[in-house]
Amino acid sequence: MINSSILNSKIFKPLLISALFLLFCVKPTLSFSQEKAAEGSEKPFDPKEVVFEHIGDSHALHVFGKTAIPLPVILYTDKGLEIFSSEKLGLHHEEGHEAPIYKGEHYSYKLENKKVVAVNEAGEVNKDAKIYDFSITRNVASMWMGMIILLIVFFSITSSYKKRAGKAPKGLQSWLEPVILFVRDDVAIPNIGSKYAKYMPLLLTIFFFILINNLLGLVPFFPGGFNLTGNIAVTLVLSFIVLIVINFSGNKYYWKHIFTPDIPLWLYPIMVPVEIIGIISKPFALMIRLFANITAGHIIVLSLISLIFIFKTAWMSTVSVPFVVFMDCIELLVAFLQAFIFTMLTSLFIGMAVEEHHH
Amino acid sequence: MELVTPDLGLVVWTTISFAILLFLLGKFAWKPILGALNERERFIEDSLSKAEAAKDEMARLTNENESLLKLARAERDQILTEGRKVKEQMIADAKELAHKEGARMIELARVEINNQKSIAMADVKNQVATLSLQIAEKVLRKQFEDHQKQDELVSQLLKEVKL
Repeated sequence: MINSSILNSKIFKPLLISALFLLFCVKPTLSFSQEKAAEGSEKPFDPKEVVFEHIGDSHALHVFGKTAIPLPVILYTDKGLEIFSSEKLGLHHEEGHEAPIYKGEHYSYKLENKKVVAVNEAGEVNKDAKIYDFSITRNVASMWMGMIILLIVFFSITSSYKKRAGKAPKGLQSWLEPVILFVRDDVAIPNIGSKYAKYMPLLLTIFFFILINNLLGLVPFFPGGFNLTGNIAVTLVLSFIVLIVINFSGNKYYWKHIFTPDIPLWLYPIMVPVEIIGIISKPFALMIRLFANITAGHIIVLSLISLIFIFKTAWMSTVSVPFVVFMDCIELLVAFLQAFIFTMLTSLFIGMAVEEHHH
Repeated sequence: MELVTPDLGLVVWTTISFAILLFLLGKFAWKPILGALNERERFIEDSLSKAEAAKDEMARLTNENESLLKLARAERDQILTEGRKVKEQMIADAKELAHKEGARMIELARVEINNQKSIAMADVKNQVATLSLQIAEKVLRKQFEDHQKQDELVSQLLKEVKL
């Protein structure tokens, strides 16, 4: 397989290491260039803006400095589909400057608060136009990068499992096998029980999807630095999938427990609504937990970095950087922990739904 | 508020992407990987149980060998003791036989000696009797040369006869 040959080739690792090292070297200059930019525009540094710019989504893939990769904007309007490059809407327009207006087939568009809005000739927001934004945003692009990494990694280890059938794991395989076994033996089996096999693909996919995106989020420069798992839309989708899986695998005991629990009849008006809310609240808690943990971590790291620019002195970095390193270590733990907790609770809820009761 | 408002586009893309990821990984990665893991675990378990069985078999064989050896040793000991016993018996028997034979021969010799002795004695007696008779004849012949003495004897003899 080509993938595994790339990963295994001897030249790849030194190249990767030197590339990472170079990027680390570039990073301080990056920060300084940002500082200069902030000074040049005579605008006071606003940490909130910086933090939320990072936490939120955007229509361009920031590489470094002023370099950004434009991403396709896909709009579904009431008059039809519109697809164009986000370059047309301006990648780097500063606040206060007028955002460029792109005249599309059906409407004219511009970016307002990082959102694409339809405007009329005068440049005012056209309230009548209904547009739905299905753009490939930064988060979507980062999700695809994460997916590609997952696919390359797991297809390559699948091929090594096929090649080395029955033998001890080797290389990448021996790195990931304990994790896969951990998900199976310590997450799925104790919580779900004998019916675990059916849910393994879902649990493993959720685990590694969250993990890779958490880890990519921690990388401070180009192939990472996104806040995907700290985006409510992503955690919403993940927990919604969990909600569906739980309720579709629920057996008669699960439903009986919700609608006809073994309690006095007069308690039903209280208990049944509570149980029904419980159906929603379990995945809801998953959604909020992952979102809040990852977002909070990113906000803390960025706030610490922002201190340097608030105090406008490089000496501040002697305080900030150790704290950031400390936070990054904690975030590394959190990246694994949140992936684990999400998977664990998912399997716990599935386990509760498929449990056989013997009254 | 913007932070906790899910973006429709991202929701849609995440759903599609995750579904594709789940399908691809599920079909082409998790299934073969988990299959291979299970296969290997089963293989290891089998091998372990086989090794255990082989160990048991080995122990059984060793035990059997040992008991066989013990049996053989016991048999050897028994044969040896028996042999010794037979040997002693034979020696004892031979001794006894020799003893008996000796005794018998001594007895025979003694009988022979006695016989010879009695024969010799009888011979001697005969000789003595003959000699005595010859002496007595000569004595009597000498004594009965005078008639008086013959009469005296007859009268004495007649006295002794009591009717």
